[in-house]
Amino acid sequence: MNFETTIGLEVHIELKTNSKMYSPSPVNYGAEANTNTNVIDWGYPGTLPTINKGAYTLGMMVATALHANIARDTHFDRKNYFYPDNPKAYQVTQYEQPLGQDGYIEIDVDGQQKQIGIAELHIEEDAGKNTHGTDGYSYVDLNRQGTALIEIVSKPDMTTPEEAYAYLETLRQIVQFTGASDVKMEEGSMRVDTNISIRPIGATKYGVKSELKNLNSFNHVRLGLAYEIKRQAALLIAGETIRPETRRFDEKSGETFLMRVKEGADDYRYFPEPDLPPMHISDDWLQEVTDHLPEMPAKRRARYVDELDLPEYDAGILTNTKEMSDFFEAAVNDGAAPKQVSNWLMGEVNAYLNDKQIDLQETALTPAHLAEMINLIKDGVISSKIAKKVFQEIIQNDTDPKAWVEAKGMVQLSDPAQLNPIITGILDDNQQSIDDFKNGKDRAVGFLVGKIMKETRGQANPKVVNELLMAALNKR
Amino acid sequence: MIDKKQVQHVAELSKLAFSDAELAQFTDQLADIMKMTDELNAVDTTGVPVTTHVNGLQNVMRDDIAQTGPSRDVLMQNAPDSANGLLKVPAIMDKEEA
Repeated sequence: MNFETTIGLEVHIELKTNSKMYSPSPVNYGAEANTNTNVIDWGYPGTLPTINKGAYTLGMMVATALHANIARDTHFDRKNYFYPDNPKAYQVTQYEQPLGQDGYIEIDVDGQQKQIGIAELHIEEDAGKNTHGTDGYSYVDLNRQGTALIEIVSKPDMTTPEEAYAYLETLRQIVQFTGASDVKMEEGSMRVDTNISIRPIGATKYGVKSELKNLNSFNHVRLGLAYEIKRQAALLIAGETIRPETRRFDEKSGETFLMRVKEGADDYRYFPEPDLPPMHISDDWLQEVTDHLPEMPAKRRARYVDELDLPEYDAGILTNTKEMSDFFEAAVNDGAAPKQVSNWLMGEVNAYLNDKQIDLQETALTPAHLAEMINLIKDGVISSKIAKKVFQEIIQNDTDPKAWVEAKGMVQLSDPAQLNPIITGILDDNQQSIDDFKNGKDRAVGFLVGKIMKETRGQANPKVVNELLMAALNKR
Repeated sequence: MIDKKQVQHVAELSKLAFSDAELAQFTDQLADIMKMTDELNAVDTTGVPVTTHVNGLQNVMRDDIAQTGPSRDVLMQNAPDSANGLLKVPAIMDKEEA
């Protein structure tokens, strides 16, 4: 029996704001426990929430970037549940009238384009963090309680783990470009829940779905889904039925394990939030948001390939973050060859960032300095070997590359008037190599070049040296 | 239409425990309340939009500016128990997870 797979993804994204969604408490990752909280976050009686305009605007930006219909009139709802990570005993969310509806994103899997629908996008708040002790107690930090979130619910349009991976990657890039979030899985500013079911090909009804938790990277999502497809198919082939389950992905074994069987729908007793007046988005407000939306990664990729002649691969890497993409464009505007800028960013720069575990904007590197260094190489002023030293300097300090190589005496020797006497001297001392060369032993040239480079402490321009040496050898 | 089982369910969702006598009493009361809403349903609301708020306010928002709240020690004074700056609560175990 052959099966087809249906995958839907729910993605929670923490909005990049100064203050929380419904309270003015500060939002910053890694603060000391319970120091970014106030009476509203603690659910103290008599407190009232207020809507963070900045957060709402960011939500509108993401909804617009995802081509969703913006609900002009919405209200908030209470989702009631008891859990110590949220002392209010309810989450304020948008249940009846989500901010965005019926959007889509375009994904690309092995050159195949596909549109994945977005069912809805709504604004809500995060919960605090529980740590389960071994002493019969749990410990709660409410710093995260109330942090602004958007939840993006896809339509069940994905049919392979690869499509799910591409959807997440594309979604991450789009949101990153809007500036609405850092979208970092490792810091929890992007979180993914998956729903997956399979059914015999041709069946009209969806199969029973399972939900996966503990997915800490896009790759885990892909692996977890692939495992689920195999697990569910094996059950169906054996004539068993699939239960609605929540399962945990185990990264060591690559398998999923049962967490719990879902019995009946959750009962959250939603009702309209009485403490927050409804929202209305005017034409002007929406226009302002649309005007501030930057060019999206897919558009930039197309431009890099069509106008700057970059390979698709380069264009993909460069548009991973808006910062990288902006940096690339600035360096190109400063006069460096696009492919050279791309090579440096994808190579040395990314290696440096990975090594130090930092972002590009945390380094001292500027587009102007990178462009200048690339042109120093192009003009033969420095060798590519020296360039690596220059690069280490300009990524760590705000140093002008041209002034620095001059001050350090790293400028390449390219002047024949300086190089020729050195070459003559070395040839005079190495008659054996000249004989070898005349007898057709090409290795002799390499030996002589080595001597010249040593004599000039590596500063001779290899290309010029080669030319001058060949000319000198042929004259002997 | 409202039975004891439903009241029991709602009580559990709200983390409340009732005695048998209370359960019977609340079942009757809740049934009365539901009867009243049925009476309200008899009113013709054709053409009346769904109403969630009645005070006419809209778009009450604040700018995204952070303000530090009261110190942790002050907030903790109403917490039943704490340790190392964290709220201390009985171990949380999802019923279904157990």
